[in-house]
Amino acid sequence: MRIENHPILGTFHEGGQMVTFTLDGKEMQGYEGEPIAAALRAAGVMTHRHTLKRDEPRGVFCAIGRCTDCVMIVDGKPNIRTCITPLKAGMKVQTQYGIKAKE
Amino acid sequence: MAMYLDRDDDLGGFHPEPDDDLIICRCEEVTKGEIRRAVHEGMRTMTEVRRFLRVGMGLCQGGTCGKLVKGIIAKELGVKPAELEECTSRSPARPIEMRVFANEVSDDE
Amino acid sequence: MKRYDLIVVGAGPAGLSAAIEAAKYGLKTVVFDENARPGGQLFKQVHKFFGSKEHKAKIRGFKIGEQLLDDAEKAGVEVHLNATVSGLFDCKEITVIENEAMHHYKADAIILATGARENMIPFEGWTKPGVIGAGAAQTMMNLHGVQPGSRVLMVGSGNVGLVVSFQLLQAGIEVAAIVDAAPRVGGYGVHAAKVARCGVPFYLSHTVIKAEGDDRVTGAVVAEVDSHFKPIPGTEMHLDVDTICMAVGLSPMSQLLSMAGCKMQDKGGIVPIVNEYRETSIKGIFAAGDVGGIEEASSAMITGKITALAAAYELGFAEEKEFREGETCYKASLAQLHEGMFSPANKGRTDLTVTDEGVLLSQNLLKKGYLDLGEIMRFPGAADEVKKVHGIHPVIECTQNIPCNPCQDACKFGCIAVGADITRLPIVNPANKCTGCGMCVASCSGQAIFLVNDDFSETEASVTLPYEFLPYPEPGTKGMALGRDGKAVCEAEVVSCRLSPSMDHTALLTIKVPKEMSMTARFFKAVGV
Repeated sequence: MRIENHPILGTFHEGGQMVTFTLDGKEMQGYEGEPIAAALRAAGVMTHRHTLKRDEPRGVFCAIGRCTDCVMIVDGKPNIRTCITPLKAGMKVQTQYGIKAKE
Repeated sequence: MAMYLDRDDDLGGFHPEPDDDLIICRCEEVTKGEIRRAVHEGMRTMTEVRRFLRVGMGLCQGGTCGKLVKGIIAKELGVKPAELEECTSRSPARPIEMRVFANEVSDDE
Repeated sequence: MKRYDLIVVGAGPAGLSAAIEAAKYGLKTVVFDENARPGGQLFKQVHKFFGSKEHKAKIRGFKIGEQLLDDAEKAGVEVHLNATVSGLFDCKEITVIENEAMHHYKADAIILATGARENMIPFEGWTKPGVIGAGAAQTMMNLHGVQPGSRVLMVGSGNVGLVVSFQLLQAGIEVAAIVDAAPRVGGYGVHAAKVARCGVPFYLSHTVIKAEGDDRVTGAVVAEVDSHFKPIPGTEMHLDVDTICMAVGLSPMSQLLSMAGCKMQDKGGIVPIVNEYRETSIKGIFAAGDVGGIEEASSAMITGKITALAAAYELGFAEEKEFREGETCYKASLAQLHEGMFSPANKGRTDLTVTDEGVLLSQNLLKKGYLDLGEIMRFPGAADEVKKVHGIHPVIECTQNIPCNPCQDACKFGCIAVGADITRLPIVNPANKCTGCGMCVASCSGQAIFLVNDDFSETEASVTLPYEFLPYPEPGTKGMALGRDGKAVCEAEVVSCRLSPSMDHTALLTIKVPKEMSMTARFFKAVGV
């Protein structure tokens, strides 16, 4: 959920541009320039990838690009840290399985 | 340091513990039990365990698990974590694509 | 290869302060930071900082960040963003990943200001989506305006855990509980108290043992731990949460220093061995801020300046006189922050039972996160109350020696005194007359000052408290007054809710309560909210 009004910080994304991107083919919306992970969390998406060995779900853990748990396939490229990669209109985001998309 | 390097030292054998299945290295999915077992199999330094199991060699480069792994190894060896030598720190300190790594530019003034 | 006089790695509070200081002496300086925005973690800090005026006390962290960026720009500091320093070598050369290429830079001095990373503790299910670091929660809500979850379990009662818990509440998120394996609250008592009075329970000597759920966290199991921090069977307790947030300490990000060959030591985190100027075993390589040992942003800014000053002197840019003067000033400033019971020297101590003044510490504050009414009356901030002063007066529930003194400057009428040693407890001087302006309430970074007026009416007293939540209640709003433990204690009605620019978003909420509740009512909840 997005924070509409914050007692200290006021509003976020004032004048920001809402753009459309896809997650596993499904159309979604987010603010241009915000981290992909922020747009996903605002839309309630928790799972960013499934691990290689145990096929376990993983999502945002550190949110600052250090832990690499939130990596996904973005525009065909795997291992993209979605917490620090700015969202652009038309981005194709896919859940990562191991290091690939689901076949 | 040398005493822990002796692979003949008897550490009392590996005894399973209830939380052995706990993931410690999140990137490479290495468990606590695997790390403990490695110590009993003769890996007596951080570097050896790292090379043997790939703990801390994934995308985050041990950022999350480094301290945890050190604690587990130290406990198995019966020493304080501070007594263990850290793994060698090498460049590049962050994951990097080979094409970028190879793209060396000279910014001569 | 590009050459500079000074390279700074990290554009957080320490790195930027170092670069600004270096610019004063004319060093050709460049700063590299791997993030897209400068300022490090400052922009996630929405609370007012502690310290004194020179430490930018009572200014919110993100505002300090804005000031720092402004100062850096004015000083002409060159900052490269999205520039990851991937190697540091003893010849004071670095490699930087920038624009998808490897660049080499060399300087006569290098200041490492790479900060820290969060520690984590493993438990069953800790890899599930919904288990996050406290930093992640801060980043999501305070930078990106997204709630990390709707109901959170906070693991860790250090300052990070406490501050982030309060921020979660401010962002409209429930905090189900704060657990800590230690038997005492680790952070400032004032931070704990402001969370506790909102109704967040503290479970000390407890830890999280399981994250429940399949694809995401749907609950948590916590349990009491014994003196060896082992969970005690049979004490398990389930909490309905969708997020588990870990705030279990920080470790210096010192890999680059190890790489360069600086002598390091393990002090619960790998830190370089440094001299009084934070210079490492390799001459010309310095460690500023958290990378040299975990403290907070205020100290980081000072150590940043000290390293830059030392580098400027070493390289011949600063005269000896300038160096000595600067050194004296910065060391004194740092020493102020290093006083008191939370000083680096006292880190990990659990044997302190009295304040520097000899007042017995509140055990409730350490075990439950809030003060007991009886305990408050022994502290000098409750002097007016003890002396039964008539009319409006401040009650200062500041009971630990932390370096902070904005309350003293806030009162224009001399009611509050801290003194030259900023870790002393504030004293209320009953001889001076409180006008009820409330500036002390708004200026207290710990939100520990209240105005109490026992003569509000025949039967009622008024209590003015700091309030940083939306919506601001309108005068006449009826609701419940909450005690320090966050439990409803009596009915209350809002008298006023004042906010001016000088209060910087800390509203002064005045409620009226039955007379006998004036020292019990410490928070307000509107009915039906």
